[in-house]
Amino acid sequence: MTATLTATPVRVRTERKPGTVRIVGSLAVVCFYALCAAFGPVLFRFDPVAVDTRNRLLPPMSHTSGGHLVLFGTDQVGQDLLAKMMQGARVSMTIGISALLLSGLIGLVLGIVAGYFGGPLDSLLMRLADIQLAFPGILLAILIAAVLGPSVTNVIVVLSISGWVTFARVTRGQVLATKRREYVDATRTLGARHWHVVRTCILPACRAPFLVIAALHIGDVILAEASLSFLGLGTPVTTPSWGTTIASGRDLLGTAWWISAIPGIGLAVLVVAFGVLGDALRDRFDPKLAGR
Amino acid sequence: MLAYLVRRLAYSVFVLWGAVTIVFVVLRVVPGDPALVILGPDADRAQVLRLRHTMGLDQPLLVQYGHYLIDVVQLHFGTSIRLGGDAMGQILLRLPATAELAVAAVVFAVTVGIGLGTAAAVRPNTWLDRAISVFTLVIQSTPTFWAGLVLLLVFARQLRVLPSEGAHGWQNVILPAITLGLGFLAMVTRLTRSGLLEVSNEPYLSTVRAKGLGERIVIFPHAMRNALIPVVTVIGLYLGSVLGGTVVIETVFSWPGAGRLIADSISYRDYNVVQAGVILIAALFVVVNLVVDLLYGLIDPRVRLGGER
Repeated sequence: MTATLTATPVRVRTERKPGTVRIVGSLAVVCFYALCAAFGPVLFRFDPVAVDTRNRLLPPMSHTSGGHLVLFGTDQVGQDLLAKMMQGARVSMTIGISALLLSGLIGLVLGIVAGYFGGPLDSLLMRLADIQLAFPGILLAILIAAVLGPSVTNVIVVLSISGWVTFARVTRGQVLATKRREYVDATRTLGARHWHVVRTCILPACRAPFLVIAALHIGDVILAEASLSFLGLGTPVTTPSWGTTIASGRDLLGTAWWISAIPGIGLAVLVVAFGVLGDALRDRFDPKLAGR
Repeated sequence: MLAYLVRRLAYSVFVLWGAVTIVFVVLRVVPGDPALVILGPDADRAQVLRLRHTMGLDQPLLVQYGHYLIDVVQLHFGTSIRLGGDAMGQILLRLPATAELAVAAVVFAVTVGIGLGTAAAVRPNTWLDRAISVFTLVIQSTPTFWAGLVLLLVFARQLRVLPSEGAHGWQNVILPAITLGLGFLAMVTRLTRSGLLEVSNEPYLSTVRAKGLGERIVIFPHAMRNALIPVVTVIGLYLGSVLGGTVVIETVFSWPGAGRLIADSISYRDYNVVQAGVILIAALFVVVNLVVDLLYGLIDPRVRLGGER
């Protein structure tokens, strides 16, 4: 090892803000998925209970008995995997975005309350956050999902409950950093009420870190949904998400690898896109958040 | 130091109490009758009432909570409906297999992660550095159970170099341990890289270089010792995710550990076992974080001097 250990050279870019290429590129991928989720099921009819025994387990790029090309092959009941994935995109993205919005909202409100008012309420909320973090990974989600049973609404609820802590902590930190600033004091001196101060001074300061955490978190939510569905605790079989599709191919790994492999790649590409987006947004808005 | 120790210990006990309470709230207060959940939707009214009585569900919630806390302190989690015998006993019986898997995963992630992180840090912004950062991003973004299935497909089904499931020999632990350690590997790689780059301009490294020591010795141990401080903290935090991940990974690889028992017990509605497993994992996690916090003072003397963190 002859190379020397040197600090990262600082590259100065004057014409473009940092991360523009990454933001545009990852947003393009996300938009592509959103379009597939929105219009895919309209173009490729998917019927969750349809069975086509003549076209079972066709490998990718083959033709069905009816002469249609099945790009990603068919599954064990003869359904087009592409159509199933488009439907799955709809389910997984709906769950991901709903859970993200819900946990983001809970976290934002609790974080502002804790940071702005402080005192015993703040201690209570932060102790609650500590306690919740005693459950590692998706264990709490597994426990709640096991009690509630599999349904799309329940998955959204479960993932929102497990996701609020990060939002609350980051928001609280931002509120604490903002509320002693001179312009906030000035607003208060002019006679503004709490609600006005929060709305005009505190909330705008929370926007950037909130966006960064949201982009980084949504990938985790989508992965968690897939894991829950894999364990049979996520979406029911009648609304196949990517997780249930991957799980359904598990026993056929030796004979029909594509049923599990292709939806997994589809899922990973979307999560990579969100990861790149989150990193790029962080670099642009808030370098201090690095490592969270 | 003693005052800090006592305070930190008391806080751990508080967090554990909170975790145990959350489990109670989820299992008893969340809509849905536990007796009905255990018996299934076809049970008749008399059966449900009888089970509610034996489970103490007909008593006021606070009384139930009191009994529950006493039981938890005595490690009584009831009997397993499916396997018979003490629920916690069943979990403890399978804990060594899970521990073996978790330790193998952490060892894999730490050794490979520090290697990759160092390789990236000594040549920042080269193709190797970029390749490693793309690799970490990709493995952080793949669902772990899917990665496990792909590893099974490639190494067990296609190449036939490793066994696919069960736990009969050391070869069996390789694939599940790699799968379980992937997320952690990405984290260690990133932290090692950024840690090394951060300390690379510290004056004390100039001193080491000025003494005429080779670059290898500058990195090991001089730069590494300070660069690894964040890695140690994260090992504590991530061991929790590793333990949580065993529920999924052990199911994929049919590994006979506590995680798979929890997953199986969920599908058999064996809630005493689920409850015992979840509480045990949470307790382990709290203890590991306590130990890491205390070790932190040993690794980084600045923390010890500060006392309060």
